[in-house]
Amino acid sequence: MGVTKEEVEAALTSKLKPSHLEVIDTSGGCGASFAIEIVSEQFEGKRLLERHRLVNSALEEQMKEIHALSIKKALTPAQWQPQDEPKEAESASH
Amino acid sequence: SVRCFSALTPELKSTLDKVVTSHKVVLFMKGTKDFPQCGFSNTVVQILKSLNVPFETLNILENELLRQGLKEYSNWPTFPQLYIDGEFFGGCDITIEAYKSGELQELLEKAMCS
Repeated sequence: MGVTKEEVEAALTSKLKPSHLEVIDTSGGCGASFAIEIVSEQFEGKRLLERHRLVNSALEEQMKEIHALSIKKALTPAQWQPQDEPKEAESASH
Repeated sequence: SVRCFSALTPELKSTLDKVVTSHKVVLFMKGTKDFPQCGFSNTVVQILKSLNVPFETLNILENELLRQGLKEYSNWPTFPQLYIDGEFFGGCDITIEAYKSGELQELLEKAMCS
């Protein structure tokens, strides 16, 4: 019954091989609801819509039970910068 | 459990084709623009209102076949679903991102002038 955070993590890990993954249970006990931050090489060259589609299809089974899913970040490893110095990161990408 | 039943009949598909192309901006949502019944739907309504763009909303809570059919039509599992210029744009997260980056406003301006 229901979907656990661990199941969501396992499905995303096996399908998208993320280099960074954070799944937050946002349900507060009222049903399966998650927020996700994911970094994967498979997002390379893909627009945000396509990236979200990849996440949705990786969770196809779980989506039947999930009430709310919020994909906060879907980034490539190159875009994923540990918080500090965003300016540096930007000029480095040029 | 395997479900072979498809809610997206040819009739529904051609109706949806008409709906999304006959308005520049269409939002399939839970509730209506004046009475959203879900925070995610409300967020997109508020974004569209703040951009001062005319938009149509359809309440998927009132029609279970529409709700199921749309998931297939858009290849998107959740609501709200935003269509701009006949094309699926995204759900709540994508709309928020695009709003923040200015991409949404740009796209809407283009759609309104086309």
